[in-house]
Amino acid sequence: MNAREKILGKIRSAQSNAALRTPTESINNHLAQHPRGPMPSAPENLLAQFKERALKLSSDVRGTSDKMEVPKLLAIYLSERKLPNSGVCWPSLAGLPWSAAGLDMQSRPAKNHDLIGVTGAFCAIAETGTLMMLSGADTPATTSLLPETHVSVLDPRRIVATMEDAWDLMRKEFKQPPRAVNFISGPSRTADIEQTVTLGAHGPYRVLLILAPL
Amino acid sequence: MQNTSLQFKKQVTIKLADVKLQDALSRLQSRFVEGRSAVISEIHDLQETRTAAAAIRDRVLNDLEHWLLHFEQQATARGAIVHWAETGDDVNRIIAEIAAQHGVKTAAKSKSMVSEECGLNDALEQAGVSVMETDLGEYILQLAHEAPSHIVAPVVHKNKEEISDLFAEKHQLPRKTGIAELCREAREILRPAFLNADMGISGANFLVAETGSVLIVTNEGNGRLVTTLPRVHVAITGIEKVVPTLEDVTTLLRLLPRSATGQSITNYVSVLTGNKNKEDHDGPEHFHIILLDNGRSSLIGGEMQEMLRCIRCGACMNHCPVYQNIGGHAYGWVYPGPMGSILTPLLSGLEKSPDLPNASTLCGACAVVCPVKIPLPDLLRKLREKQMQLGMKSRQETFMLKAWAWLALRPNLYALATKIGVRMMRAMGGKEKLLHTLPGARGWTDGRDFPAPSGMTFRELYKRGAHK
Ligand code: SF4
Repeated sequence: MNAREKILGKIRSAQSNAALRTPTESINNHLAQHPRGPMPSAPENLLAQFKERALKLSSDVRGTSDKMEVPKLLAIYLSERKLPNSGVCWPSLAGLPWSAAGLDMQSRPAKNHDLIGVTGAFCAIAETGTLMMLSGADTPATTSLLPETHVSVLDPRRIVATMEDAWDLMRKEFKQPPRAVNFISGPSRTADIEQTVTLGAHGPYRVLLILAPL
Repeated sequence: MQNTSLQFKKQVTIKLADVKLQDALSRLQSRFVEGRSAVISEIHDLQETRTAAAAIRDRVLNDLEHWLLHFEQQATARGAIVHWAETGDDVNRIIAEIAAQHGVKTAAKSKSMVSEECGLNDALEQAGVSVMETDLGEYILQLAHEAPSHIVAPVVHKNKEEISDLFAEKHQLPRKTGIAELCREAREILRPAFLNADMGISGANFLVAETGSVLIVTNEGNGRLVTTLPRVHVAITGIEKVVPTLEDVTTLLRLLPRSATGQSITNYVSVLTGNKNKEDHDGPEHFHIILLDNGRSSLIGGEMQEMLRCIRCGACMNHCPVYQNIGGHAYGWVYPGPMGSILTPLLSGLEKSPDLPNASTLCGACAVVCPVKIPLPDLLRKLREKQMQLGMKSRQETFMLKAWAWLALRPNLYALATKIGVRMMRAMGGKEKLLHTLPGARGWTDGRDFPAPSGMTFRELYKRGAHK
């Protein structure tokens, strides 16, 4: 008998009392209906809540009503912080006027030495100020991970109230989850030394969210 | 990891006298206890959410076989390979085989308490795979050859100066003193380890049956790196970690980081499903998931099953007056604090950890904060009862209890004995009304004074009150 059979066999004999078990039908119903648990009440203003919570997580937030302005906003942000002006972006954003704003953005997945990574986002969650990223050929996961600065261009219409809403949006637009779903809530951090929060552990030191209709 | 909890009492004496440790533990209390209380109220209806979370865990535990099979089926359909391990040694053997199969020489690892159960790092080194811990705390411990002392903040027992010294010695770089500089130095040393590793090893906070996904929560980003860059990813976790749906796991996620570190959400929550597609630029080509039993299945269907609800947030230890005074190492195995005092005897033998079920004042703080409503004091009491039934109590304790029971059955004699007792104690307490030492309770009075009684028993005082 292999380990799998032994372990499952032990569990089966310990749970031999059929009365305590859930009928298969109700298990299947639970999976099909995936009911929601207790949730916070819906905020009056999704955008305002999202911004407030994102700032709390030490993300920076900027906004524009014209997506063509995004490169300019980024250029200002980078020069304020004396950061380099070259990096990589997702292919979907390659068409923005980066060079006109004095930026050199290459459309490819990030490598170790790239310092700025510009991504979009699948959606964002107002409850916690979180970005939801789905991995894929055109949405490489490394872009939000390896560079010291992560910039995400986000359409405010893609802000949902809760993680439950985000799952529903994913289910609506895709059959199944991609290889990696990453929820990102601000710059990477550690509190391992003396429980003192330090921004910039193994991932980005800073996260800039640019809200723009895409 | 070997269970050394037989040394518990000896360790406690050492830890209580360790000034640096006491300092570190007070920090934990202020950051994590206050942190939790600041954000836990963000949850709309905390009690309702805790009840829902406990129900989600119970739903799985009551039909564990079904949920494990569903998880396995979904994960396999997406290209992951699911392995089953009865013991920690089996986990080590399976990973060594996976490493050999894929020609793995180096592995980068993010934090996994289950891998500590197995003693994985030593086993892999012996199999010719060099392992690098990448969680900052675990990396520090690897350099120092020490074990974690907390399940969330593994290096809580060390202060900044010790870490500065350690880095200067091991990295051969000028000694840094600021916490940010130390973190930057570790980042720069560890980045190449992520880029060059053939294998990434992670734990799993949850397994989602609906989608066959492994979910990990991290703050540093190392969890994302080890599951994105190396060509092989191995996730190790306990068989009890299954959760039915994405909605169910979301309910648990509202509680986990808030209870653990006082964060509304961790920086990263990664939900990993299957291996890399042809079109993907990143992600592992091979994704292995190892499900470890190591004694867990023996709790199913029994009076201790509730312990398997645990989501490893650490809140019970942060709030435990015993943990707050002795830290994690004294407990002698992977899991400290109240949850460890129950899990260690259950997973690695009551006879090997006789002191742990008694390392609690049963004050109940742990049960109040536990996000999945595990009745920790009740479970500790059950373990004590079991010890009594097995005749595991010390002869002194058994004698004392028997003597007390004999006396208590003779009310007049009891009244006389207590009358003499309290008068003697008042006399011994002197002007300060404090007893510095008590025969038979030295362990207690070594650390504090016992307030002397007023000189009359409760029954005497009561009688007097009744006559007024
Ligand atoms: S027993 Fe409860 S409080 Fe303790 S670690 Fe587990 S889930 Fe957290």
